[in-house]
Amino acid sequence: MQWEVVIGLETHAQLQTNTKIFSGASTAFGAAPNTQACEVSIALPGVLPVLNKEAVHCAVKFGLAINAEIAPRSVFARKNYFYPDLPKGYQISQYELPVVGKGSLTIQVGDSEKTIRITRAHLEEDAGKSVHEDFHGMTGIDLNRAGTPLLEIVSEPDMRSAAEAVAYAKKLHELVQWIGICDGNMQEGSFRCDVNVSVRPKGSDKLGTRREIKNLNSFRFMQQAIEYETRWQIETLEDGGTIQQATVLFDPETGETRAMRSKEEANDYRYFPDPDLLPLEITSDYISDVKQSMPELPEAMKARFEQEYGLPAYDASTITSSRGFADYFVSATAAFGGEAKLVANWLMGTLAAKLNEEGLDISASPVSPDHLAGLLKRIQDGTISNKIAKEVFDAMWTGEGDADAIIESKGLKQVSDAGAIEKIVDEVLAANAAMVAEYKSGKEKAFNGLVGQVMKASKGKANPAQVNEILKQKLA
Amino acid sequence: MIHASLKDLAAALAAKKISSVELTQLYLDRIERLNPDINAYITVDAEKSLAQARAADERIAKGETGPLTGVPIAQKDIFCAKDWITTCGSKMLGNFVAPYDAHIVEQFNRAGAVNLGKTNMDEFAMGSSNETSYFGKVKNPWDRERVPGGSSGGSAAAVAARLAPAATGTDTGGSIRQPASLCGLSGLKPTYGVCSRYGMIAFASSLDQAGPMAKSAEDLALMMNVMAGFDQRDSTSLQRENEDYTRDLDKPLAGLKIGLPKEYFAEGLDAGVAQAVQEAIDQYRKLGAETVEISLPNTRLSIPVYYVLAPAEASSNLSRFDGVRYGYRAPEYTDLLDMYSKTRAQGFGAEVKRRIMIGTYVLSAGYYDAYYLKAQKIRRLIAQDFEEAFKHCDVIMGPAAPGTAFKVGEKTSDPVQMYLEDLYTIAVNLAGLPGMSIPAGFSNGLPVGLQIIGNYFSESRMLGIGHAFQQATDWHTKAPAGIE
Repeated sequence: MQWEVVIGLETHAQLQTNTKIFSGASTAFGAAPNTQACEVSIALPGVLPVLNKEAVHCAVKFGLAINAEIAPRSVFARKNYFYPDLPKGYQISQYELPVVGKGSLTIQVGDSEKTIRITRAHLEEDAGKSVHEDFHGMTGIDLNRAGTPLLEIVSEPDMRSAAEAVAYAKKLHELVQWIGICDGNMQEGSFRCDVNVSVRPKGSDKLGTRREIKNLNSFRFMQQAIEYETRWQIETLEDGGTIQQATVLFDPETGETRAMRSKEEANDYRYFPDPDLLPLEITSDYISDVKQSMPELPEAMKARFEQEYGLPAYDASTITSSRGFADYFVSATAAFGGEAKLVANWLMGTLAAKLNEEGLDISASPVSPDHLAGLLKRIQDGTISNKIAKEVFDAMWTGEGDADAIIESKGLKQVSDAGAIEKIVDEVLAANAAMVAEYKSGKEKAFNGLVGQVMKASKGKANPAQVNEILKQKLA
Repeated sequence: MIHASLKDLAAALAAKKISSVELTQLYLDRIERLNPDINAYITVDAEKSLAQARAADERIAKGETGPLTGVPIAQKDIFCAKDWITTCGSKMLGNFVAPYDAHIVEQFNRAGAVNLGKTNMDEFAMGSSNETSYFGKVKNPWDRERVPGGSSGGSAAAVAARLAPAATGTDTGGSIRQPASLCGLSGLKPTYGVCSRYGMIAFASSLDQAGPMAKSAEDLALMMNVMAGFDQRDSTSLQRENEDYTRDLDKPLAGLKIGLPKEYFAEGLDAGVAQAVQEAIDQYRKLGAETVEISLPNTRLSIPVYYVLAPAEASSNLSRFDGVRYGYRAPEYTDLLDMYSKTRAQGFGAEVKRRIMIGTYVLSAGYYDAYYLKAQKIRRLIAQDFEEAFKHCDVIMGPAAPGTAFKVGEKTSDPVQMYLEDLYTIAVNLAGLPGMSIPAGFSNGLPVGLQIIGNYFSESRMLGIGHAFQQATDWHTKAPAGIE
């Protein structure tokens, strides 16, 4: 039987506010335990929540970025359950009426685009942390994180592969950073995903029973977890088993998922509107004000890049996949002044590969947009070949200076002097009589071999176009 | 001196006829003598009170006198007061020293008042007789075999026995008005949102409201000038101009239209109470008011609605008492779940547990719509009853409680009988309206309260209406015997 996997995501993005969602305590990461826990954070008797307007601003920005309806009136509700790091015994969240309604996000998988529907996004507070190490059979509670604002973003089950799910998560990850509402730091838990996975016979329109993979904090783990979970569910069904709805955890050590709790053990959260908070009312004037202050969004920027710089759709999409990339592209192109496509090629090729290899964000690139532009100018004016340019780029990466300085100090300037090239060509032809004979007997391939020899003899500096031309003349 | 009004006390203090230290000491001595039997206070801390009194005397010496500077005020033990044990009448918080001041406490401190002590109350304000307090029942100073009402029974008994000039209370379903009625006092529950709830330990957040308890409407007005006001730490606190609650005290009553809800004079009302209330209303007619019969048809639904909504909110509000961070924790347990269940089983009393269970039930999946949502809908109907009624009258009058103070233990075996104590008061909380009880006379030697219900934000007018009655009668000046 052919199977189809159906995937939906619930993503928690920690909002970049200075203070907590319902109190004035700081949200900075990494402070000593419980030093950022005010009376509201530790839920002393008698304390009350007051909504942080900045968190609302973030939610509205997100809603606008995914073309969603912003609810004129949304309601905070209490989600009741007992846990030591949940100080009030309930989490303040939004349940029936979320601040952000239906929206969508377009992802790119390979060459095709797909629109993923977003069901809703709502504001809520984070819990604290239970610390088990160093307490010898006891549990430590750190409430610094308790009350940190989160935006929970819920997608429709629109994804049909691990690759699509990861593409969606990455796109969302870039978007929340793009609009400045989340720092995207997955290591610190600022952006975490729960993935709902189910499988069904291909062609069926009924959803299978889903299992939820909790708290994935890297895209690689997400990919692995979904792939494993999908295989496990298919195998289970093919072996005649059934899938029980459950929450599962992914173990990066084994690459496997395992059930944490089944549906039967699940809590009845007894949601009800929080009587300590008034409904959140958002006026259309407020929404227009936020709209005015929004940065240009990736989709709009992509269209503009195609138009303004003549980039192919694929390039424009790749470059606008992150704010950092887009900014880099704009700066480098301006400094270069030449063909934007050349900038795009270098950005998506050499630079992206190098960043990826070293796990760096573009903001931390050792090669600045100005440096890259300087390099491209020398390619454009024929001072160096593409091949030599890669060598210069590597030297810039390791901090040896700008392109001109490196070309100069390493003597990498391209040889375009016809006399000098002719001299090398003559030497090569003399030393490779067999190859010359082959070529003359009709083996076109031998020509490439001769070009290679000339280039080698010139240490890569000979102008390749001229080498071709001169060789053809001599062999004619 | 112990029968003096707040105005007279402030005048005596300002004129240096008595110092705040002397006045505070006088009350501390009385508390030491009378409280062991009446049990109106849970915590008395002479050193702290006298330190505040000394500070007040210094302010007075510098001429910085306000209406309550140097006046001792008892605080219901539901308000957090920095460095004071704040128990809320529960074993759960028996060891809890509040690290911060409630907004109300801050306001009294700012006014230079002296915190005389923390008064007894039903556990977490759940009760109508003060018998659910972990710290023992409170006796009604008018008859020590009887209850003072609740949940602000300690505050009521303290003022009635002249163990405090005035006290704070809170009212979720009648917890200021019913004990005021049973102890012969004046008590006001303001419009929801007028007094900040910050630092007031929550029972049912959408109903809880702080208010003053004192000997007269005039005293209530002076207390309100300190207690009312916007506080940004409470999202349900109303942002409005500060008002002077004494401004309508001397306003004449001529032309006042009093609505008498027929449902408040029907079955269930004690005959002696009915008579005293009718006589009080006759007095208002003599003062120039007119009366008109009105109807509040959904009154009978207010108790069932309240006993869905208040426990629902309470079940969630009381989840924070889990033994993890502060308060009581069971001494022995095997694991986390066991720690939770033992802590809460041992830390909460029977009535609190009953309400947590009711609340948990009505919020459960499958029952939410039938109970919680339905109750919310009826709550709106109850508010509409009042809206309609106020088209025909300026204020509504009736009894504050169906009877006078009952015997200790009389209603403890039947929770529903106990819940009926709040028959006339609960609807006011559900609608968020202001309600007041003033002494209207006696039945068989026990005080009877007249309830005055006003429209939103009409507190100052209501206080004037109460004051006019107290100018014409002397019920409010009566004190129980045996408190000398």
